[in-house]
Amino acid sequence: MWNRIYALFVARNTEFFRDRSSLAWSVLLPVLMIFVFAYAFTEENPQKFKVGIVASTNPAEATQNFTSTRFIQFIEFEEVEPNLEKVERHQIDLIFDTRRFGYWINRTSPNGYIVEKLLIAAFSGASQQLQQNMVEGDEIRYLDWVMPGVLAMNIMWGALFGIGYVIVRYRKFGVLKRLRATPVTSLEFLTAQVMSRLWLMVVVNVVIFIGLDMVFDFRMHGSYLDLFIVFILGCICLICCGLVVAARISSEEVANGLLNLLSWPMMFLSGIWFSLEGAHPWMQKFALILPLTHVTEAAREIMIDGAGLVQIADHLLVLSLTSVVLLVIGAWVFRWE
Amino acid sequence: MAVILQVSHLVKSFGSLTAVNDVSFEIHQGSCFGLLGPNGAGKTTTIELMEGIKTPDAGSILYQGEPLGRQFRNEAGIMFQTTALQEFVTVREMLVLFSRFYPSTTDIEELVARYALGEFLHQDTRQLSGGQKQRLLLAIALINKPKILFLDEPTTGLDPQSRRNLWEQVRQVKDAGATILLTTHYMEEAYELCDEIAIMDHGRMIAHDAPDALLAKHFDDVVIQLDEKDLPRDLGEAQFMATYREGNAHILTSDVNKTIEGLLSRDIPLDRLRIRARDLEDLFLELTGKELRA
Repeated sequence: MWNRIYALFVARNTEFFRDRSSLAWSVLLPVLMIFVFAYAFTEENPQKFKVGIVASTNPAEATQNFTSTRFIQFIEFEEVEPNLEKVERHQIDLIFDTRRFGYWINRTSPNGYIVEKLLIAAFSGASQQLQQNMVEGDEIRYLDWVMPGVLAMNIMWGALFGIGYVIVRYRKFGVLKRLRATPVTSLEFLTAQVMSRLWLMVVVNVVIFIGLDMVFDFRMHGSYLDLFIVFILGCICLICCGLVVAARISSEEVANGLLNLLSWPMMFLSGIWFSLEGAHPWMQKFALILPLTHVTEAAREIMIDGAGLVQIADHLLVLSLTSVVLLVIGAWVFRWE
Repeated sequence: MAVILQVSHLVKSFGSLTAVNDVSFEIHQGSCFGLLGPNGAGKTTTIELMEGIKTPDAGSILYQGEPLGRQFRNEAGIMFQTTALQEFVTVREMLVLFSRFYPSTTDIEELVARYALGEFLHQDTRQLSGGQKQRLLLAIALINKPKILFLDEPTTGLDPQSRRNLWEQVRQVKDAGATILLTTHYMEEAYELCDEIAIMDHGRMIAHDAPDALLAKHFDDVVIQLDEKDLPRDLGEAQFMATYREGNAHILTSDVNKTIEGLLSRDIPLDRLRIRARDLEDLFLELTGKELRA
């Protein structure tokens, strides 16, 4: 049995690496995207300062002095505490609570230091006493935030199309029929396809991650092993999605449509590009049934917040259960012809 | 001769079309069995049911007395009418892939030599010519040293030379003791290779015997063929019951001497006269009323 699985595994790998155009695509797409983001977000005016303001109904004169400073973007907040994370991550340079005259800055942020000087200058001679609060945390770029999503997206394309489309094509052109005439069983065939795709995606995405990390030095506060586990589980889950799609269809067009129907909502609704925090509750609930949401969120929690496997156990559980259910359906529904 | 494959009361329908309708026959060990019929007669469906690729609606297929199972898969060699091979894989890699599926296999080097695959051994399977691809597919079908070999229209689309080559190879396989089941469009092919033939039409088997026995059973006459210019249509039809096809008059007769005397008495020139025995092509037309090649 393993001999047959190994033979199919090797044949599929060979086919993948020799198919230069799709190989290039699966490597170039995520790399290009990250470079585009890196470029797009360094172009943003770096001189602009961002200050969060918790407004009072009757602002002091010194406060008005400060808030009329030009070239600072003031953003109104209701409360300080929920927004401190933004200071930690250098997304906001300073938060100023105009009711209590307390402000929060990040020790390591150069912008925070400059804005603090301006704030103190505005209050020199005023009767109110400013109160300094320090938070800690490294800068988090959009790049750091989007990277797990881009990798997850690449895995999604690779898994859905690499399994779904390829098996449907094999069926349409009679490759499956020829295999059926041999002692190979459907379980052996599917196992080999899943293993091959998993292996190929691990190789491709590890290369992409290491390559991009050397250029951009992504924020990584968790363990690489945990991240690896998340992506492997994500791969398996999405491969199983592809298996269900490919179980019976023998038309490439139908498969293509179905795969796009699965992948595009995941592209936009699983929080790869932007946070779903402000989205409609219905959309947030919908996002939770998409495997890609769990891969992306788990990977972000590891890379950005340094979460361990215990903290992301809910995501891992969802991914594992979904995989098992989809695998059983896929193998059960599968037909050679 | 022992029966290696027994087919009883096979039925297979696709929607309202009954492609195979109560077909029964036996194939003897070491023989070559030919399945003939016009397009759409149910040949390919029948052979695919026997290969275990399709499941019958009714009836049974027994291989050495047992339903088709793992032993059959290990011992059957199959060449489909059309087969796509995995892309981006060389001929050699293809042979290695299939050799790993079976417990007992022929040495790859031996297959390469026997089917002259050496010249394109390291080429992508997509770059092969029709004849090269058929040779590779035959080599793959034989990789597990099959006891029974299924060939579904193996020479369709090949040039005459490649066709004769393939016949020679099939004969060698048969001489080595394998049983062969063959479907074909070509009567000549069936006559050359088969010990027994069955003719199918509309999903039913309408004749089944050894080729010569079939001919003897259905025909006791021969064909006298003349140019239409020598035997004009009105005279031929009126006096000799001739039929006209492709500029030729065909006269069926069981008494050649008498027919020729009749022709001579009417001063018909006999320079272009030909006499031939009735062949499978005639039998096929008589039984199915259809041209063989569609």
